[in-house]
Amino acid sequence: MTSLDASTDVARRPFPGRRMRLGDLLLQGAAALAAAGALVLVILIAWKVIQGARLSLSTFGFGFLTHIAWDPNPAHLDFGAASFLYGTAITSVGALILATPIAIGVALFLSELAPSGIRGPVTALVETLAAIPSVVIGLWGILVLAPFLRDHVDPALHSALGFIPLFGPATYGSNIFTAIVVLTIMILPIIASISRELFLAVPSELKEGALGLGMTRWEMIRGVVFPYARGGVAAAMILGLGRAIGEAIAVSMVIGGAIGISINIFQPGQTLAGQIAGQFTSSTSALFTASLLYLALILLVFSIVVNLVAQFIVRRSARHQGSAR
Amino acid sequence: MSAADLSLLRRPNDRLRRRRMINRGMELVAWLAAALAVFFLGIVVWSVAQKGASQLSLDLFTKSQPIGQFGTGSEKLGLANAFIGSLVIVGIATAIALPFGILIAIYVNEFAGKRIKNVVSLTLDVLAGVPAIVIGFFVYVLLVVGHGQSGYAAGFALSVLMLPLVSRSTIEVLALVPDSLREAALGVGAPRWRTTLGVVLPQTIGGVLTGATLAVARIAGETAPVLLVCSLVGQGNNWNPSQALMTVPLAIFELSDQADAPEQALAWAGALVLILFILFTSLFARWLATRSRRKIAQAGR
Repeated sequence: MTSLDASTDVARRPFPGRRMRLGDLLLQGAAALAAAGALVLVILIAWKVIQGARLSLSTFGFGFLTHIAWDPNPAHLDFGAASFLYGTAITSVGALILATPIAIGVALFLSELAPSGIRGPVTALVETLAAIPSVVIGLWGILVLAPFLRDHVDPALHSALGFIPLFGPATYGSNIFTAIVVLTIMILPIIASISRELFLAVPSELKEGALGLGMTRWEMIRGVVFPYARGGVAAAMILGLGRAIGEAIAVSMVIGGAIGISINIFQPGQTLAGQIAGQFTSSTSALFTASLLYLALILLVFSIVVNLVAQFIVRRSARHQGSAR
Repeated sequence: MSAADLSLLRRPNDRLRRRRMINRGMELVAWLAAALAVFFLGIVVWSVAQKGASQLSLDLFTKSQPIGQFGTGSEKLGLANAFIGSLVIVGIATAIALPFGILIAIYVNEFAGKRIKNVVSLTLDVLAGVPAIVIGFFVYVLLVVGHGQSGYAAGFALSVLMLPLVSRSTIEVLALVPDSLREAALGVGAPRWRTTLGVVLPQTIGGVLTGATLAVARIAGETAPVLLVCSLVGQGNNWNPSQALMTVPLAIFELSDQADAPEQALAWAGALVLILFILFTSLFARWLATRSRRKIAQAGR
């Protein structure tokens, strides 16, 4: 960041005889306009989504958030977001719970344990996983993963852990659990690559000092690397969560699109984003579309909050780091 | 040091053995985690390659999938219209996002004070965090309602997704250009605009292209905004962006819904081409990045 400040200082330092030229004015004006345009864009996005959702906002108000329904039948039009709030919460949190340990393991492997020969290729492979489009993962999810889980994994989990209502009877291939697995695969590389960079940034004096005191590698990681990188990893997790919340296409392809709240993760469900993707083309009325936009508004608020929380965590941990030295 | 202490160092006692075992265990867990991640990647790519390779033929690129009526005959179907549509829409998106993003980066790096810099950075981060489907809905409300769907709307939606990516990577490369270069140009009397456009920016071309290429790879695979804004597609190969165009990810999405084997095979083929395209563009971007890093290092001397 200091180099950014330095360059503008250099350029803006007044020296005698300098006057504003037309070219300077044009460039600065155009660039400022572009930057203002970005700001306008964000505001416009919020505004237009609210405007589009207005019909549904006025019809349902805040009750929309606790109402379990999605009935496009013109005789009794009724829409509510509760099923999807639940679906989004359980799929995103589930994916975060599954992905974080694996991602941290991968990051540790790539930063501390991997022999130098395979460090580069494996890092590239993990980043390639991030580059796979969601529609391809969705395609693989519905045609390969879902049948596999339905036939081999879900029944096994049900018979082993069926006493927990979470693992109820499993009949469908497209269900919440499949969506959780798909989302895990999608957010794993995000958390892993950010964590990897964080672990690499831990000062080697701290690590070597710990090893010199006689700690094993793992104790050093637990005692030095983790505490140092704690804030950043939390931010990475939040960013992964944000990704999972916003994922529409892959989720809509594998989650089964059911309305209602079911504690059994082997039942089909639906998320906010998935509902929008799945139902948009079948919208039959203005209230339907406005309700979808209401869902989009909820998503927008979530994603902005998540983003700001991640930023706040990063800033706070950076401050702690600075004072701890 | 008494004799008792030294003997502790020589003989591994139970506690030390246990600590070493835990250490070994954790290293194994990390290896397994990495293997799992690579396994996931492998299994997805393997499925796509295996099921899509059989469909790779000239027909894939020359014949078009009739939308809405999925062929029941033995005619070989293709994704030509999707490839054309993707090309046009990604082209439009890049044409919008690239100049816009570079200008924003120039402003942030060369002209803005600290406060404005923070505001714009925050704006870009917020923009980057908005889910693609919400951006699609935004463009729907803005451009489609009352005007109908179009390739332009899809291109605009994708450019909104590209903008933060291009801006952020350009900001990073601009910051890498050493101040000595700017000072030297200003010192010989070059005006600000000449310095920025003629001296600083050319140094960053590699980095800018890298960022742009990665952004293109990212949006080439985006389905959600196109689904909301550009999905009512007509028959045949369409190059006209004022009408709705089919894109490859959208084709995959719609084909995956079909229960028939030939449609699913087509979806796999599209997925394979998409993955290969993204792979090659990422590799190209990486090559560009290494080249530009070398050039900047030379410029600093």
